[in-house]
Amino acid sequence: MKHVLAVLVENHPGVLSKVSGLFSRRGFNIYSLAVCVTEDPSISRITIVVEGDEYTVEQVTKQLNKLIDVIKVSKIGHDSVTRELALIKVRADSENRHQIIQIINIFRAQIVDVARDYLIVEITGDSEKITALVDMLKDYDIKEMVRTGAIALDRGSKMIKYEDVDRGGYQNGCNVL
Amino acid sequence: MKMTGAEAVVKALELEKVELIFGYPGGAVTHIYDALYGSNIHHVLVRNEQAAAHAANGYARVTGKVGVCISTSGPGATNMITGIATAYMDSIPMVAITGQVPLSMVGRDVFQEADITGATEPFTKYSYLVKDVNDIPRIFKEAFYLASTGRPGPVLIDIPKDIAMDTLNFEYPQQVKLRGYKPTYQGHPGQIKRMAKAILGSSRPVICIGGGAVSSNATEEIVKLAETIKAPVASTLMGIGAFPGDHELSLGFLGQHGVYAANRAVAEADLLILLGARMGDRATGKTQEFAQRAKVIHVDIDPAEIGKNIEVDIPIVGDIKTTLKEMLKKNLNRQDDGWLSKVKEWKSKVQGVGHCTQGLNPMEIIKTLSDMVPEDTILVTDVGQHQMWAARYYKTRKPRSFITSGGLGTMGYGLPAALGAKLGCRHKEVILIVGDGGLQMNLGELATIVQEKAEVKIMIFNNGYLGMVREIQQQLHGERYYQTAMKGNPDFVKLAHAYGIEAFRVEREEEILGNIRQLLEHKGPIIGEFVIDPNANVIPVSRREDDETRIGSVG
Repeated sequence: MKHVLAVLVENHPGVLSKVSGLFSRRGFNIYSLAVCVTEDPSISRITIVVEGDEYTVEQVTKQLNKLIDVIKVSKIGHDSVTRELALIKVRADSENRHQIIQIINIFRAQIVDVARDYLIVEITGDSEKITALVDMLKDYDIKEMVRTGAIALDRGSKMIKYEDVDRGGYQNGCNVL
Repeated sequence: MKMTGAEAVVKALELEKVELIFGYPGGAVTHIYDALYGSNIHHVLVRNEQAAAHAANGYARVTGKVGVCISTSGPGATNMITGIATAYMDSIPMVAITGQVPLSMVGRDVFQEADITGATEPFTKYSYLVKDVNDIPRIFKEAFYLASTGRPGPVLIDIPKDIAMDTLNFEYPQQVKLRGYKPTYQGHPGQIKRMAKAILGSSRPVICIGGGAVSSNATEEIVKLAETIKAPVASTLMGIGAFPGDHELSLGFLGQHGVYAANRAVAEADLLILLGARMGDRATGKTQEFAQRAKVIHVDIDPAEIGKNIEVDIPIVGDIKTTLKEMLKKNLNRQDDGWLSKVKEWKSKVQGVGHCTQGLNPMEIIKTLSDMVPEDTILVTDVGQHQMWAARYYKTRKPRSFITSGGLGTMGYGLPAALGAKLGCRHKEVILIVGDGGLQMNLGELATIVQEKAEVKIMIFNNGYLGMVREIQQQLHGERYYQTAMKGNPDFVKLAHAYGIEAFRVEREEEILGNIRQLLEHKGPIIGEFVIDPNANVIPVSRREDDETRIGSVG
């Protein structure tokens, strides 16, 4: 089963290697990973999709929390918006371009580059949607493809933020696990 | 105050009240050594960087302070890795300082360059590559804080040569600010209540202590808890000493190589209270069979250890001492219903090492030693059969007095660790038990012991074999002994004399007592070589199927 974790980390050099190293070292499988700085420039947010059972996810979470540079680890549940982005270069000539465009329209993807024999398609969506489009385009000679890891935000007012100790975000002694 | 980076390093060490560091100089740390020259910090020159880390480890364990070691870049740093990993596995507070090639050269594979922060990533609690001289005060403050708080561990600081030469305005921070690091010391009150209830409802409680019980200095509280709830106390290898070995509630050493009473009690328990014990594989055996009848309470400062190896019913994240103090305020008076008398019966069943005809019986030596030494003696071991014999038959009566490489099982640890232990506690007797194999791994440190006038009493258990592996070959490989006989061993007595160390050899049983007395009474370092029967095993062959080592599967 796949789980999405949002990890707030110090925006230091080398932190990503510490996080990814932990996964390989402890035998956890990363399905995808995306990282970028947040609205607070001192904090980066890593979104990790990890594959495993409840035990694995609990272990991953605890081991991540143990890293000094990791500020917060949160699990993102079903009530969330998850997106990936893919760029797909497909061979398209005057004969089949129209068919391809039709497919792309169904998926609400976009064409971001057109040349005589090629198209670049941009699609955002959850993992399944992108995979579905890729499957459809396989009939038309995909020449090159890049795909990002998933990023995710909880819906509604729920937020994953670092709160300073002084403001009572962390209460010493109340951490059961 | 204006100073160089190197001077700032030494200044920071002084402000952290470091009195002693272990190290080996080299091209990338000459400026730091130059700054040390004018300092009151005593530098111990070891013979191999690995020994610097082990010595700092031994020093840290006996004193409870942070051990400090230093080496140059490249091979100096990589030699230290084994020592750093050893400290990490046993959660020992340590700051390791390495020199690095100049920052401008980093990444170009220049002479004596090694990516040591990268290489030690898996077994440091945290590591720093200093990129700005102005960061030195903050980094040192943080490093000592990280090494010694929460679950302790080694922290590495890699200092490029040009950074050490650069100048800064030194100002030592008063506080550290690490938003990703906030260890929980106080156990959750609700969980403590649940724990108290579980204790009152139990009829066969057992306490099991680990290294966390030692590092949290919780001996007083553990004794009080055991006596109040009338529970016997078993100990993992790392927990030895945190509960007095001569206490009537002490069960002794638990695990695959543990003693009958400890394993039997854990197997029969209906409540198991784990205190700072991570329950590694050598302590539990097959986890599916471990303590099956017991409800498990696990108190640990590291939440990641709870539920990692065995299933836990009541988890409590917190420092052992702080949490037990809170716990002891509750009513825990439990009526004992024959449980302790059963335990007492099991304790009387002591298994030996088998019949010894071709040399001395190691159990007899250790038991004799155990009866003769002062109460606060520090026993250091290396790794192997002698280590298990010591864990089984030696009664450690005080905390921080049984020093051994538990998690990593690093051969060669003993000699340098004993050196560090002695330099940390010169007023205490420090005895090293070491095999002929392990001693030769860091043999050069005999010179360091002489150089530092460290009165370490060394007992070589010489059976001419890598005994632990020999035992495995005997039992699992049909006695096909291969590469375990230590051919070409030196004459250890002559060798000791070459170092100017007093030495003797013991071959007859009736000489054991007198020679141990000589060892203890001698002023200065001394080596006693005890010629052990190579057939002596940790787990006697004839008892292989006995339930002793089958933890948790009794009944």
